[in-house]
Amino acid sequence: MRFEFFSPEQAREIEAIAAQIIPSDDSPGAREAHAVHFIDRALVTFEHDKQPSYTRGLEYLRRKTRELFPEAQQFSALGSGDQVRLLHLIENTDFFEIVRIHTIMGFLSNPQYGGNSNQVGWKLIGFEESHVHEPPFGYYDAEYEKTSGAASTKGTKAW
Amino acid sequence: MVRFETRTAVDFTVIGGGAAGSVIAKELSTAGFQVVVLEQGPYLHEDSFHHDELKFKDLYDPPFIGQETLTNVHALQPNTFRKDETQKAELVPMIIYGRCVGGGTVHFTANYWRLHEIDFVERTRWGPVPGAALADWPITYAELEPYYTKAEEDLGVSGQAGASPFDPPRSKPYPLPPLPIKSSGVLFERGARKLGWHPFPAPMAILSQPYHGRSKCQHCGYCEWFGCEWRAKSSALASVIPMAESTGRCEIRPNSYVHRISTDKRGLVTGVLYFDIQKREQFQRTKAVVLCANGAETPRLLLLSESEQFPQGLANSSGMVGRHLMVDLSSLALGTFEHPLNEYKSVQVSRVLHDFYDSDPKRGFFGGGGLDGRFDFYPMGFALNGLPPDAPRWGAGFKQALRENFSRTMMVLSHTTALPVPSNSISLDPAVKDAWGLPAIRVTYRCHPDDLKTLNFFRDRALELVEAAGAVKKWAPPVGDVTNAVHLLGTCRMGNDPRESVVDKYHRSHDVANLFIVDGSSFVSSGRNQPTCTIQALAYRAADNIARMARQGVIPASV
Repeated sequence: MRFEFFSPEQAREIEAIAAQIIPSDDSPGAREAHAVHFIDRALVTFEHDKQPSYTRGLEYLRRKTRELFPEAQQFSALGSGDQVRLLHLIENTDFFEIVRIHTIMGFLSNPQYGGNSNQVGWKLIGFEESHVHEPPFGYYDAEYEKTSGAASTKGTKAW
Repeated sequence: MVRFETRTAVDFTVIGGGAAGSVIAKELSTAGFQVVVLEQGPYLHEDSFHHDELKFKDLYDPPFIGQETLTNVHALQPNTFRKDETQKAELVPMIIYGRCVGGGTVHFTANYWRLHEIDFVERTRWGPVPGAALADWPITYAELEPYYTKAEEDLGVSGQAGASPFDPPRSKPYPLPPLPIKSSGVLFERGARKLGWHPFPAPMAILSQPYHGRSKCQHCGYCEWFGCEWRAKSSALASVIPMAESTGRCEIRPNSYVHRISTDKRGLVTGVLYFDIQKREQFQRTKAVVLCANGAETPRLLLLSESEQFPQGLANSSGMVGRHLMVDLSSLALGTFEHPLNEYKSVQVSRVLHDFYDSDPKRGFFGGGGLDGRFDFYPMGFALNGLPPDAPRWGAGFKQALRENFSRTMMVLSHTTALPVPSNSISLDPAVKDAWGLPAIRVTYRCHPDDLKTLNFFRDRALELVEAAGAVKKWAPPVGDVTNAVHLLGTCRMGNDPRESVVDKYHRSHDVANLFIVDGSSFVSSGRNQPTCTIQALAYRAADNIARMARQGVIPASV
């Protein structure tokens, strides 16, 4: 897939951060949700004013990576443990926070924006997008229906 | 749809097509009068209401969305904020209101509580509150009751009369039975009963059965902040606006940004100046104006309409225009439970309680309110703001918390009194301008100390309830001063004394005989922060009286 804002190298870096924010384990994470594609598209549309935060942030990430791991060229080339260690050092920066927010959006927003691919984010949290749902909706109202029948519509007086 | 010429005076120009204005338009056009509704926002329809959290919901501060929105856009209409009159106001997005045909009723959660009898006479019953201008209303609950009934029947409200022992008297039951109970409602009921409280089915302006040719609720879950694609939410857009248009005497004119109400030498309204969608200035001649622009824009427009004759602003000889601002105050507790609730489905609220509605001298401060069980989150908002405070913010633990909690979380939310403090206000900012070059709204607001005590009291009750409901984990954000201003009330209060109020008990301006003001600004006290039902009941009552006065020929016109 082509990127409109990121260079391929920048996209790899952002994707690596996103994949630590919502990792892939026995279920898909930010990587499979294509969060980086969501972010790329957001940065050329409704979040275009955040472009400088990314340009500066990626530069900062490069410096931090070299400072901590002189052998490494890129954050995305580090082992997972080293990536986590580095992110803990920068987790209170504005750059990390904006990537965190955008990753969450790219994981859980409507798939038409390029993320939440195959609704993997919604599936993880147990959200089913539909124009129609039927009661019972959850465990407790299903149980209530069984045990109390029409109790919910019984009034104490006529009105 | 009928079109009126701007150069010919229509019977009534209604400014603002929201909760109140749409009711006024429907009632006056039905009564045989010509009505033009000037609405600053767009005229949207069901096909533009999508399930798209990114598009419609402000996710974090500063608001991020602003694509196609149902509420005011701060980039176009900035406001400033200060805590008191000694501070310089800063640009802070505070004010949120509905900005489309139908106003806030398009995106509201649809809680539809009547006020109780006590709300109208609280000053007499409680006595004075230092630092606040608590006052009785010039009308009683009994005078308003027929209009509550009318509103519920016209719009379509679901609920169960008599289910709460604290309910005020009603002349008729709700037109529709309650909506199905949700898991949050079951747990709310369980917890409340354990504590000896009295939960009841929430009165909601959402259809539990087909009504007036509209579909019943399909439980999609997108009520709060969204427009209803099923027309099952009883917004003004789905209910009274079509009735107004079908009279053939009402023109809804969207994208019309009013900036001045003009008056003649006698001090009577002659017409309304507004910018159309191309920002061209237009002048609608009119015999009378009904101003329904909400508790922030209504006083702003009156202040913008100052003239030699009205140097303090129109209808402001009392100096009360813009004062006594009261906003949405609420506190909450959250809990997670063993089994899935799936609260994202269906309407936000299915159970409420009013055990602490009245002020109680034993608490040592003024204030009361209600509690409801609900879930205010959509997926992104939940991931950003809905997890317990000790949950990791990223990484495997964050993912696990999302997986476990989204379907198992609910909140108990309070809705509480805001005291009318004279210095809490809407005024014109001396420096900041909006996209039309007009002075921006300046908000001055600091919670009355009793309001903060009330919020803390209700936060504690909410925590008790979540605990009693059997939560496996519970938490409650701390109570603080307000960070946004919705449910804007009190800024043109009604009263019998022209020195202390802006409109009389029929919503006629004390100063201008062909200017009526009907919206949240008319409130004398805040009720318990669920104002829409009362705004609309007031509008039905006002329209009844305005039509009567017009028939009697006692509304003087400039022409």
